[in-house]
Amino acid sequence: MTAMSFARSGVRVVFTVALTFLGLLLVTFLIGRVVPIDPVLAAVGDRAPAEVYERVRLELGLDKPLWEQFWIYLTKVLTGDFGSSVLTSNKVIDDIFRVFPATLELATVATLIGVSVGIPAGVIAAVNQGKWQDQVVRVLGLVGYSIPVFWLGLMGLLLFYAKLGLVAGPGRQGVAFEDLIEPITGVVLLDSAIQGEWEVFRDAFSHVILPAAVLGYFSLAYISRMTRSFMIEQLRQEYIVTARVKGLSERRVVWRHALGNVLVPLLTVIALSYANLLEGSVLTETVFAWPGLGQYITNSLLSADMNAVLGGTIMVGVIFIGINMLTDVLYRLVDPRAK
Amino acid sequence: MIETFHFGRRAALLAGVAAIAFAYVVPASAQTPKDTVVMAKQIDDIISMDPGESFEFSGSEAVTNIYDRLIRFDLADVSKLYGSLAESWSVGADGKTYTIKLKPGIKFHSGNPVTSEDVVYSFTRAVTLNKSPGFILTQFGFNKDNVKDRIKAVDATTVTMTVEKPFAPTFFYYCLTSTVASILDSKLVKANEKDGDFGNAWLKTNSAGSGPYKLVSWKASESYTLQANDAWFRGKPANKRVVVRHVSEPASQRLLLEKGDVDFARNLTKDQLEAIRKNDAVQVMQGRKGSILYLGLNQKNANLKKPEVREALKWLTDYDALEANIVRGTYVQHQAFLPVGFLGALSDRPYKYDVAKAKALLAKAGLADGFSVTMDTRNNSPIIDIAQALQAQWGKAGVKLEIIPGDGRQTLTKYRARNHDIYIGAWGPDYQDPHTNAETFAINENNAEDAKSKTLAWRNAWDIPEMTKKTSALVLEKDAKKREAGYLEIQKEHQKTSPFVIMFQQVEVVAHRKGVEGFILGPSFDNNFYYNIAKK
Repeated sequence: MTAMSFARSGVRVVFTVALTFLGLLLVTFLIGRVVPIDPVLAAVGDRAPAEVYERVRLELGLDKPLWEQFWIYLTKVLTGDFGSSVLTSNKVIDDIFRVFPATLELATVATLIGVSVGIPAGVIAAVNQGKWQDQVVRVLGLVGYSIPVFWLGLMGLLLFYAKLGLVAGPGRQGVAFEDLIEPITGVVLLDSAIQGEWEVFRDAFSHVILPAAVLGYFSLAYISRMTRSFMIEQLRQEYIVTARVKGLSERRVVWRHALGNVLVPLLTVIALSYANLLEGSVLTETVFAWPGLGQYITNSLLSADMNAVLGGTIMVGVIFIGINMLTDVLYRLVDPRAK
Repeated sequence: MIETFHFGRRAALLAGVAAIAFAYVVPASAQTPKDTVVMAKQIDDIISMDPGESFEFSGSEAVTNIYDRLIRFDLADVSKLYGSLAESWSVGADGKTYTIKLKPGIKFHSGNPVTSEDVVYSFTRAVTLNKSPGFILTQFGFNKDNVKDRIKAVDATTVTMTVEKPFAPTFFYYCLTSTVASILDSKLVKANEKDGDFGNAWLKTNSAGSGPYKLVSWKASESYTLQANDAWFRGKPANKRVVVRHVSEPASQRLLLEKGDVDFARNLTKDQLEAIRKNDAVQVMQGRKGSILYLGLNQKNANLKKPEVREALKWLTDYDALEANIVRGTYVQHQAFLPVGFLGALSDRPYKYDVAKAKALLAKAGLADGFSVTMDTRNNSPIIDIAQALQAQWGKAGVKLEIIPGDGRQTLTKYRARNHDIYIGAWGPDYQDPHTNAETFAINENNAEDAKSKTLAWRNAWDIPEMTKKTSALVLEKDAKKREAGYLEIQKEHQKTSPFVIMFQQVEVVAHRKGVEGFILGPSFDNNFYYNIAKK
């Protein structure tokens, strides 16, 4: 019986995921075709003579009706062939495996910063509701929300890189450190640590810290606001009063009992902001010359390079669905009731 | 008491950890390695490192530093050709058969000698693949079926090439100086061929040349790295390694340069260039490039079709103000379709801002109150800024200009379909011969929608059978002096009657660290050379 229902729910999940992807692909495909940009231009440039242009147009299958183009694409995707990017002339799948680790690295460090500062800040604000601590956190959050990331990134570079020399500048690695380590995961911090190349690690870390802090500031603003409101709600509950009556120290009441109960809804908040960062952030990537997914998808879209755009979209879809599922699993671990 | 003590200890611990982390983050050194040249540049236009395929500005620059060609031209005086791999070249009495003799003893990076077989292979390959730049060779009548009869190795160091018609020899020679005519190591490329692709897939990210550098890696929209070829036949390059990194944001390029993390910043804007002049550690160098900034007036538009209106708009453009306020340092004024640096370039500038004259012309055209017109404008600097300035200038004579902003490829798509009123854009020559620009600006074989040849004249629906004939005749003119005079004459007429408001010629400005000298800036991107760059 339980095996049956498990199997049934499994089938349902697979079906939903498949439908989501189909919808995602269809919409992206249609948008790509509506954009008034000639994809052949990206492939051959503006100077190509007529016969070269025509040959490439046929090669790209652009003479066929729209539904047929989509069908051809879909059947190829199902066999694991995502096609080649017109712009980079690589297989889309190779391109994505090249750019995604850069984004993963940035997003993970950013989320770590956002969580490790955002949650304590939110808790402190909730405990000191209405006092100066609360105001400070509120203003910090507001500033984080309202300053354009582009400007913040440039100012950060100007101050911490150009003036103070505390961090490294735009780019993912210093020139002297490039190509020194074997790419295993593509995440430089991880690869260098695995291979014990600590100088490379240090260089990569000093490159990632500023863009990650800029992005982390945004998730921090969001996470601290959410933590604050969740906490205020919890602190009003009766079990908190009971805990206090029992004579537990205030620190224990706040950080163990109240925060422990807030973690479950907070997980969703963190997961969503992480997923958002994993899509790649075009502006931050541009300012910091960070070769990530956001720049890749944007460049591809602006060249009507549909294979690359669709590949990137699938990647984003996988991230979102993956993180959602992961959150579900974590829920069960954190919340004993959700069995 | 105990509580505060605890707190204090924890705080001290935290501060300690933070200090260590902090010290750890601080970058080790801001200097680039002494034998490595580092550039920050926008290189996301590169689609391939294969000389038979590469046709973008950034790609040509990389390829030209990797591969040698048969002949090159003197950067100071384009009319002088010199042999690179070729020792001598000549044309037979029929005007169609060229004989090229190679210098002996030159080797590719692999150690293979450069032979006539490699020349034949390289040309056969470019003609057969016929990618974007292929037409530079196929316009001489070569195609994949006849190329083996027309380009032949006579002996190990001699090649003959037979062209279709008795073209002007200078035309053929200048085309041999272009990227697509690079000489490849045929043995190495053949070893990497796949399914008859002439090694195209492999050469996208690898190299098989004889030039000053070999390609170490190219990562699209990220970076390319070149390694010096110490055995280069013209002498060992002055540096060991060149790393060019894609930094799309000019403000970031500036920071990297001022900080010393890069030696060159290639895409600084006018404001940034002015700002860095205050920095003693940074210098600026410049060189004229062939790119021309112009307006194309679509002749399908009834108003723009009137000759008086075309002329009026040329008088309504304030070239001085545009240069002073928007493009100073990156463009200079120029009003003819051949850029300075080309055989037969016309440097006259008959037009200046004259509202009264323009008004009179408009009145003559029956448009005394002006008219409304749109302009498709690429959404980036300086194009959009120029468009906005024109809007104000033209308004003085009642011409209401509506700007339609768009992404580069979007406006281009519309332009190519002839759906614009006015297009503002740049045109760079494809090779160093005057025919490249003359063809596109002054030839329109067939003005019909389905025309085979879609030149800029065609894109603006400018029907010019007479000028087409005159311009086409010049590619057969044997006498270089007569040829030059012919182009001058056509440009003068073009200046008066054409639907092109030619405004500026590009100047490439490169900012670099003081003490990093020797970058050679030629008249086109495939004449920018790295081999002389040395650090003091």
